Amino acid sequence: MAEPPDRPATRVPFFTPGPRVLMRLALIGAVLAILCSAFAWTAGWLPPRRLTQTGMIDALRAVDGRHRGFRSNHAKGVCVTGWFEGNGQASRLSTASVLRAGRSPVVGRFALAGGMPFQADAPAKVRSMALRIMPPDGQEWRMGLNDIPVFVARTAQEFHDLLLATRPDPTTGKPDPARVGPFMATHPNTARAAAQVAKRSITSGFADDTYRSLDAFRFIDADGVVVPVRWAMVPLAPVQAPAARIEANTLFDGLIAALRQGPLQWRLMISIGTVSDPTSDPTVAWPADRDQVDAGTLTLNRAESEDNGPCTGITYDPTILPVGIAASDDPILPARSSAYMRSFVIRSGETKPPSAVSPASIGPGGQP
Amino acid sequence: MTVPATMPVIRFSVLARVLHWLMAIMILGMLFIGVFMAATVGPAYNTLLSLHRPMGILILALALVRLGNRLLVPPPPLPDSLPALQRAAALGSHILLYALMIAMPLVGWGMLSAGGYPVVFCKGVHLPPILPHDPALFALLRHVHTWLGLTLFAVIVIHLGAALLHALILRDGVFPAMASARAGRRDPEPVQGDNRH
Repeated sequence: MAEPPDRPATRVPFFTPGPRVLMRLALIGAVLAILCSAFAWTAGWLPPRRLTQTGMIDALRAVDGRHRGFRSNHAKGVCVTGWFEGNGQASRLSTASVLRAGRSPVVGRFALAGGMPFQADAPAKVRSMALRIMPPDGQEWRMGLNDIPVFVARTAQEFHDLLLATRPDPTTGKPDPARVGPFMATHPNTARAAAQVAKRSITSGFADDTYRSLDAFRFIDADGVVVPVRWAMVPLAPVQAPAARIEANTLFDGLIAALRQGPLQWRLMISIGTVSDPTSDPTVAWPADRDQVDAGTLTLNRAESEDNGPCTGITYDPTILPVGIAASDDPILPARSSAYMRSFVIRSGETKPPSAVSPASIGPGGQP
Repeated sequence: MTVPATMPVIRFSVLARVLHWLMAIMILGMLFIGVFMAATVGPAYNTLLSLHRPMGILILALALVRLGNRLLVPPPPLPDSLPALQRAAALGSHILLYALMIAMPLVGWGMLSAGGYPVVFCKGVHLPPILPHDPALFALLRHVHTWLGLTLFAVIVIHLGAALLHALILRDGVFPAMASARAGRRDPEPVQGDNRH
């Protein structure tokens, strides 16, 4: 490392400015500027503005407000646990270990759609069931199911625009017909889907409700044969009509009371699509006569508040799938995956106030 | 001017050069994929994610090989003509580059672990979590991942700018030490510098 004591007297200057050097400096500057611009464009920092994850969260907040610490959508919920017992009948369609005969533990969550964590229960509000099924080999399966027949948008952009079109008017507190009308007129798929959602049959509560994947997926069998599928959790409990009037937490209290009585069960019914069934459009229902496979039974036996429950610190990203099940070309799936990740980052960095369904309202154990 | 005959160009080892250019492409690709992925709600999200995770692990493995190689085979010395400030900047930026190459994949891996996500290396192959399940830690590491990524991009831009300065203006043998496609670390004949300025 030692420098020679007598450095050359004619030491070269760092560089000599001149027209040629300036031109080369400009060239270097141009290369760096192009690289930085490409990066900024890729990140979406330059116009035209694209729909981003935070843009989607902002649209949800425009409808339901900002609620620190809570999920941006399906904010009011309760944790449940139990197990899924595969019966092996779907194993001819998919190599997923969770579908073989045997039990896998489940951490689930029931919720009401919408970003308001303290909204009052109402029979017609959309209910959801989210599940994390954890077979022993680690090939877990997460899903977020809803009690509606179809989803109301084909793409992330459509869902975003629908949120903004139907956001409550600050003066009336209701969607502005002057915005909703033109939106539905220009989005016939959404209008048709919304009509199907509105005329669905409504059950008495979470326990006797049917929850659907809405999005399409692919089952892959041992020979690599792929079939398009959608699925539903169909209750074993008898379906009852909803009460005419309910209190703020009636649906959640009903679920907790039912679990105190005994476990609740659902059958996982897989619908097998044909080549004519759309996989990329969740606003279109598949025909009711599609082949159905009973893949196993979900049993839930315990409720816990989100405040200390196991469903709070995870996200029910429907693209977390075991080997043997894959996402379809449905554009709503990556939109959900990415927006859930963003919402999870935001809420996990915030302090959550107590949830509407508190540990006290569940009582000790939450188990029969 | 002429580079003195006593100062022949010494190149980086062939392994160092191969790793440098391979990782340059991979890391720049990862930064572009990452910054796009972190914003988009579009159909490419899951495809890019399934590319991002194995590439990150591969970069981590290559970075460790590269660090070992750098410690075992010292890089060529910088030319005497370089002022002390530039030497310090070169040293500092290289330490930062190595630190970020190793930290970025680890933070990504740790972030998925803390978020309770399965760490999917490739289809069906999961890596073990390296941190306990802790949502607050997940949120923190997710932000750290972004800021380290932006820092890495900035250091790469500075690194590229300095490399081009050496290549086009200083012409002091620093650029060919890494950019040469020749085998071996030294040429039999001393290299003639150019005297156009």
